Amino acid sequence: MRPFTYERARTAAEAAVAARRPHAKFIAGGTNLLDLMKLQIETPTHLIDVNGLGLDRIEPTADGGLRIGALVRNTELAADERVRRDYAVLSRALLAGASAQLRNKATTAGNLLQRTRCPYFYDTAQPCNKRQPGAGCAAIGGVTRQLAVIGASEACIATHPSDMAVALRALDAVVETVKADGATRSIAIAEFHRLPGDTPQVETTLEASEFITGVILPPPLGGRHFYRKVRDRASYAFALVAVAAVVQRDGTGRVALGGVAHRPWRVEAAEATLPRGAKPTMAGILDGARPSHDNAFKLTLAERALASILAEARAEP
Amino acid sequence: MTASGHHSISRRALVAGTAAGTAPIHGEAGAQSVSAPHGTPGSPEATTAQISLRVNGQSRNLALDPRTTLLDALREHLRLTGSKKGCDHGQCGACTVIVEGRRIYSCLTLAVMHDGDAVTTIEGIGRPGHLHPMQAAFVSHDGYQCGYCTPGQVCASVAMLDEIRAGVPSHVTADLMAPPQVTAEEIRERMSGNICRCGAYSNIVDAIVEVAGRPG
Repeated sequence: MRPFTYERARTAAEAAVAARRPHAKFIAGGTNLLDLMKLQIETPTHLIDVNGLGLDRIEPTADGGLRIGALVRNTELAADERVRRDYAVLSRALLAGASAQLRNKATTAGNLLQRTRCPYFYDTAQPCNKRQPGAGCAAIGGVTRQLAVIGASEACIATHPSDMAVALRALDAVVETVKADGATRSIAIAEFHRLPGDTPQVETTLEASEFITGVILPPPLGGRHFYRKVRDRASYAFALVAVAAVVQRDGTGRVALGGVAHRPWRVEAAEATLPRGAKPTMAGILDGARPSHDNAFKLTLAERALASILAEARAEP
Repeated sequence: MTASGHHSISRRALVAGTAAGTAPIHGEAGAQSVSAPHGTPGSPEATTAQISLRVNGQSRNLALDPRTTLLDALREHLRLTGSKKGCDHGQCGACTVIVEGRRIYSCLTLAVMHDGDAVTTIEGIGRPGHLHPMQAAFVSHDGYQCGYCTPGQVCASVAMLDEIRAGVPSHVTADLMAPPQVTAEEIRERMSGNICRCGAYSNIVDAIVEVAGRPG
């Protein structure tokens, strides 16, 4: 690990001001950042520990939703009674991710900001545009089984690793932030994560030093909630394909995918066909996909995962 | 042990430059003098952080390079070598300890982030002659072969049963609104963050089931 200086912030605004310092990073759970610092993929020279800021509550909002503090741990969020009851897709997604030890540490904001597990991003002997902009992408033409099938670019075919973010996309969550000048803003989850384009190193629409304070869940949708994650082992592995779905009694609903793109993948227009089944719906969601020979199976897998969800939704509870 | 005022750093900001160089400072605070090479050009001025941990019920003061993980603080500075370094990347679970009642990977957190926290390692779970029931069950069910993952497995399983009692659901919990049950399926899922290369899993599950089934 490269040397760094360390401070503990007392308020969110103070954290955002401290982050103006060059090569500064916030640290909360640290489960992804420290891993990457050990590999010298992340090399901050200053760490701002934000664990003392509070921001660890889940509170009702005036319109019947929930406000999740940025530092609520994944375990607490998954276990919260209101989340289990009204936003089960979120509990299910969180519980499908990582291990209990990691969920006990990892935070809501940190989960959103975690970086890809593309093996070429992790292998510092390989060129990677995300790690070193302009270096090239060794993943393209390499072993692509785990990598993106849609929304990728000539610069990057990495996927976003989060399960939680996929559920938040299905729920239309909103990310709340504060900037160093004290200004706050709300970012729809659909606008939060970026596609790689020519700048895969820029993964979110956050500005430099902007600090996430919380995530808003809109009022409950009702319906039945599902999170189907398909992976190479039964637990503690990243998704090959994950499908988050909220399905209403009349067969309408919402679908978001994980493991297929640089951000949680949702195509609202394709959801109109959900009452007609998985095949037309997934064809719409994955329209324009450009899989490789190694990961074309993800298209079939996504359709079948959705089919299994819809079969369960049609069955009596 | 009282920390030397020379490199005492406030809780709030540990960024102020000190006389310390980049080398890790070994041992507990006050037990060493600071003598280290100058930092490499362009690197931040290295600092030493004073922290206090409550480890297995005892207060321990440490002067640490901020880069020191909790695992290295326990093993290299406090000589509590029961917690093991397997992968050092949060993939194997051998470093699992219990911090403020919750199991975490001690390799993926910095010691300075735990100032004032209560840490329980395998040395605090039980000891020879006074084994924790989980340790005794691992012995009687042969829940290990080489034993390297065992301290992490034991710490994880003790905290895991607390999580079930607290109503924390898992990936395999069928009904999110019902209290989770102690079943072999639940135990396997909840212990998936602890890898055993010898493959003692079925015996580990048996050991945990035995402890979980005990009244009280």
